[in-house]
Amino acid sequence: MGKEAFGLAAKDNSGVLSTFHFSRRETGEKDVRFKVLFCGICHSDLHMIKNEWGISTYPLVPGHEIVGVVTEVGSKVTKFKTGDKVGVGCMVGSCGSCDSCTEGLENYCPKSIQTYGFKYYDDTITYGGYSDNMVCDEGFIIRMPDNLPLDAAAPLLCAGITVYSPLKYHGLDKPGMHIGVVGLGGLGHVAVKFAKAMGLKVTVISTSDSKRDEAINRLGADAFVVSRDQKQIKDAMRTLDGIINTVSATHSLLPLLGLLKPKGKLVMVGAPEKPLELPVMPLIFERKMVMGSMIGGIKETQEMVDMAGKHNITADIELISADYVNTAMERLEKADVRYRFVIDVANTLKPTP
Amino acid sequence: MAKSSDQNKAFGWAANDKSGVLSPFHFSRRENGDNDVTVKILFCGVCHSDLHTIKNDWGFSHYPIIPGHEIVGIATTVGKNVTKFKEGDRVGVGVIIGSCQSCESCNQDLENYCPQLVYTYNSRSFDGTRNQGGYSDKIVVDQRFVLSFPDGLPSDSGAPLLCAGITVYSPMKYYGMTEEKGKHLGVSGLGGLGHIAVKIGKAFGLKVTVISRSPDKESEAIDRLGADSFLVTTDAQKMKDAIGTMDFVLDTVSAEHSLLPLFSLLKVNGKLVALGLPEKPLELPIFPLVLGRKMVGGSQIGGMKETQEMLDFCAKHNIVADIELIKMSNINSAMDRLAKSDVRYRFVIDVANSINSA
Repeated sequence: MGKEAFGLAAKDNSGVLSTFHFSRRETGEKDVRFKVLFCGICHSDLHMIKNEWGISTYPLVPGHEIVGVVTEVGSKVTKFKTGDKVGVGCMVGSCGSCDSCTEGLENYCPKSIQTYGFKYYDDTITYGGYSDNMVCDEGFIIRMPDNLPLDAAAPLLCAGITVYSPLKYHGLDKPGMHIGVVGLGGLGHVAVKFAKAMGLKVTVISTSDSKRDEAINRLGADAFVVSRDQKQIKDAMRTLDGIINTVSATHSLLPLLGLLKPKGKLVMVGAPEKPLELPVMPLIFERKMVMGSMIGGIKETQEMVDMAGKHNITADIELISADYVNTAMERLEKADVRYRFVIDVANTLKPTP
Repeated sequence: MAKSSDQNKAFGWAANDKSGVLSPFHFSRRENGDNDVTVKILFCGVCHSDLHTIKNDWGFSHYPIIPGHEIVGIATTVGKNVTKFKEGDRVGVGVIIGSCQSCESCNQDLENYCPQLVYTYNSRSFDGTRNQGGYSDKIVVDQRFVLSFPDGLPSDSGAPLLCAGITVYSPMKYYGMTEEKGKHLGVSGLGGLGHIAVKIGKAFGLKVTVISRSPDKESEAIDRLGADSFLVTTDAQKMKDAIGTMDFVLDTVSAEHSLLPLFSLLKVNGKLVALGLPEKPLELPIFPLVLGRKMVGGSQIGGMKETQEMLDFCAKHNIVADIELIKMSNINSAMDRLAKSDVRYRFVIDVANSINSA
């Protein structure tokens, strides 16, 4: 039953990826099937293959920044046809009827189905984009703009929406506003690009000076603050309307809260495993807020990708071949990438090792 | 600028060191200036902040300190520029008595967020005078920081509204809790702030659940205060059943506690507002914020306009604090009981009838 597929899977929590043959369901009446061209490597993939969150089941085929070309559509599909350039992000299903789903926020549906490692409606386990073909319900397919190079656009499907959604939801998208981006990695560098496209002033906040030149000269940030430098932090106090915090290591929130103007918003998109210390005084005396955000709904993801098409926003990527993937994961662990690995799936993923 | 004058003698009870023991204290208030109102104090609420301050729990106390920022009294003198009040009016003074009056916050009637905010006690005014609070016979305040006490609102049980009332009313409005009837508000902690939050929440048409570690407060919460339900934090099954059911949580607890169980009670997009002032930072688990787009914010009292709006709202809905009226001479034992949360739910000092002047 089903159609053959092959990909790269982790077989245990060593996280080592190797060739894996499996099958995907036949194209159902609402499904879109596509040949995978590229798949971005998200840091979540690394957490999942090593079972760092305790929810992984093996074999695990990761990958949720998937782009390709449609090869087949089901009989009830209306929005896509063979040959279309499409993408799939972090979700492939949701309940469709709860408050969140009704508002186009499938990402907050308690029954949302993630693109890999989750149980689908037919009781099969979902397999992600480190594979040759994907099949997905039409409602979770994103149309990719014609003018964007697909390899560099793939990371938008997770990194892009993860930073775009809170900028819009928390009203941090008005021209002239000043936002901070903490951490210059996969999420952070895309946040700088979207924020600049929205007309915002952007300060990058980082633990070391090494990325200053990149941030300002290449990514277009307006300023750069080293968070361990007391003077730089002091000079930037109370200047930011909001901060997008992409850091998932344990760190102190106090200096970041100090950088916010009164009523400012600190948005956590990185998810440290252990609780952080929350100094309550800045919240009470200056009515500041700390909030979280997780990817975005499908409608919003499409909106984000369309904006990226209009403003030529793509990720800065290092394109790799499939057989490099384990080395890439080791480098990713050390944050040794500017700023996203993307697997050249169609050209380099082979059915045999 | 008006200066302290030996002619304007005053008498109160002050703490002289971080033992926090209060005792009689003679001092002076400034002469009533052109913009000032002199208030003969009738009642003053005992706020938990008074206790924290006299014991220097937050590390910025300067002794001697006369606490008290829930003051109700009668205007006895008004300056020639004073337009809002006349002699004989019943007035209130709350947590703040000064601000820069020219910054963005002040211009938006948010004096409480002015970076040059002057608190009613344990502070200095712009002219350098040390400010003393309402456990005293009189106070002199700029008219901008004096409130009109509505007719319908009793002076004794209305006094705590001047801090506790506005402290819960302001975030309820700011964080959108009052926009739709039927939304579900959790009130964590049933003390001075918490019990008023229940009353105001019900007046706004919200469903209110009290979240407390004391099971013995349940019948009070439901039968007397009107809460719809009561959740004991140590009842694991009940806490589990309540997961994802609340739109908002007001956290009034200032003791160290975990925010994780409170976050789990919130629905997606839920908001937790921290009002208590713990001595140490709280633990903030990030996963619930991210997975459910939840939020934690804070709030500090309210601006003068909003405080007046709150008093008028409470008068209209007959909302007052539940108080235990005490004499000035009993203040130290009241503070001991307050430290153990042994009060339903606010002590109020019957100042005019029990403060002995020299």
